[in-house]
Amino acid sequence: MSMEVACSPAGLPGRPVYELLGVSKTFAKRNVHALDNIDLSLTEGGFSAIIGPSGCGKSTLLKIMAGLLSPSEGSVVLSGEPVTGPRRDIGMMFQQATLFPWRTTIENVVLPIEIREGKRAALAKYGDAKALLELVGLQDFEQVYPNELSGGMAQRAAICRMLITEPTVLVLDEPFSALDELTRDFMNMELQRICQERNATTFLVTHSIPEAVILSDVVYVMSPRPGCIAEAVPVDLPRPRTLEMMVAPRFGEFVKRIRELLDKGAFL
Amino acid sequence: MTHPQKTVEKSAVRQTTVTESVAWIDRIPRPVAMVLLMVIFLLLWQLVYELRLISPIILSTPLETIYDLFYVGKNILSGDYMLVALWVTTQEVLLGFAIAIALGFLLGLLVGETAFGERAVLPYLVAINAMPKVAFAPLFVSWLGFGIASKVALSSFIAIFPVIVGTAAGLHATDENERMLFRTMGATRWQTLVKLKLPTGMPHFFAGLKNAAVLVVVGAVVGEFLGGGKGFGELIRVAASQLNTPRVFSLIIYLSFLGLATFWAVIWLQHKLVFWHKETVAEQTFE
Repeated sequence: MSMEVACSPAGLPGRPVYELLGVSKTFAKRNVHALDNIDLSLTEGGFSAIIGPSGCGKSTLLKIMAGLLSPSEGSVVLSGEPVTGPRRDIGMMFQQATLFPWRTTIENVVLPIEIREGKRAALAKYGDAKALLELVGLQDFEQVYPNELSGGMAQRAAICRMLITEPTVLVLDEPFSALDELTRDFMNMELQRICQERNATTFLVTHSIPEAVILSDVVYVMSPRPGCIAEAVPVDLPRPRTLEMMVAPRFGEFVKRIRELLDKGAFL
Repeated sequence: MTHPQKTVEKSAVRQTTVTESVAWIDRIPRPVAMVLLMVIFLLLWQLVYELRLISPIILSTPLETIYDLFYVGKNILSGDYMLVALWVTTQEVLLGFAIAIALGFLLGLLVGETAFGERAVLPYLVAINAMPKVAFAPLFVSWLGFGIASKVALSSFIAIFPVIVGTAAGLHATDENERMLFRTMGATRWQTLVKLKLPTGMPHFFAGLKNAAVLVVVGAVVGEFLGGGKGFGELIRVAASQLNTPRVFSLIIYLSFLGLATFWAVIWLQHKLVFWHKETVAEQTFE
């Protein structure tokens, strides 16, 4: 690994937070072997991305990590506790912002608290919610209904909703893929800033190689049928990453490396 | 590419205007168009009368109808027997609507939220809905008598199905992402119902209510035709048996105000409750 990295070096082995060991998933009914022997370790404050062709079992893996699905084999352990169901220390974000139009932005943000602890607890969290909205630049839109927010703004609000429970790990399912390219690049930089500010442990599912490379410390490349991790590619570009890095030769090398791995996987 | 100079003469710049052709009939503003259509209709009506295409005994002139419209209006406003009749029908409509909403909502919940309801109850509801519901009127009369109860029963029976369908469809209107989000937040079934499914289903529910609002009036009047009583339907039946066509027309027109009033009440409520949902042709047309 390169040694001339000045800022916090990427892929540095830190304290493991979220660990998957030998996770396999078979859907007996449909006789589908979706995941095979997945080993993953997310380290504290680290940003990992997983990339793979469609149908490689990414969404199955994601559901297992979110506690929505139990693995057929293997262990899923977050902060020393096995994941047996949805937990408040797992923050999830999806491709769609899924804000609810009958709630104002701030009411949407505190929804996870309202559901877990009731309306009073949610009201008590308004201060935190306001701070989060400020963090993503939505401080003037607290009382606005989501239909007045742009796509990018809606996803920012969704970020706040994910962060309000102060999760240990963030699981992002192609969070910005419904946005246009320019907004998407910008949001990725915002995401990096937010993750760094909060020292969040982040796991990103994406279809975009450049997105995976620019954000991650490690990119896991998956191959399909059954889904398994073909290789873990450490990305030791310095932090904070900037969009200009995307035209640097080193960036291109990482993209090329991952591209090759994906192509190889596709024809196996 | 050269940039045009500011000093260029106007005539030198070729104006590019796209002219969209709109037929003359589409340029008439709404109030004029509506009045125009009404005038054409009345003239045709008068023409049919003048040419004796239909016997004058059973077809009145527009003017006679308008006179009668004033007569009935005066009778209602002065609190005479027609107001009493209108109030009877109004009660039937309101009670019928209330029962249709309450029961329809509960049945919609049963069918839309529980697997049992969908498997066991829904097929029977579909079967009953396919029956000509008006045909049940004599039964309701024999069960509940000639009073208001049999009419309330028929009108709620006719109007309940759109409410059930609207409620059940609304409960199914959430998408995969929304349900997954609620699961990751650890929501209970009750929370998912109250905080996700019911609000999401509101527009569907109200679509059902709008249909029901029209159907309750149908139910009440048909009930009165077949089961007597003291309502507006009875007045229409009597006027028709006397071949008093202008009276039938004007009674129907006043009756339609009752239907419009319930319909508008629903739309008003929808605006208050489903403020985030803006659309529907009906809303645009009736405002």
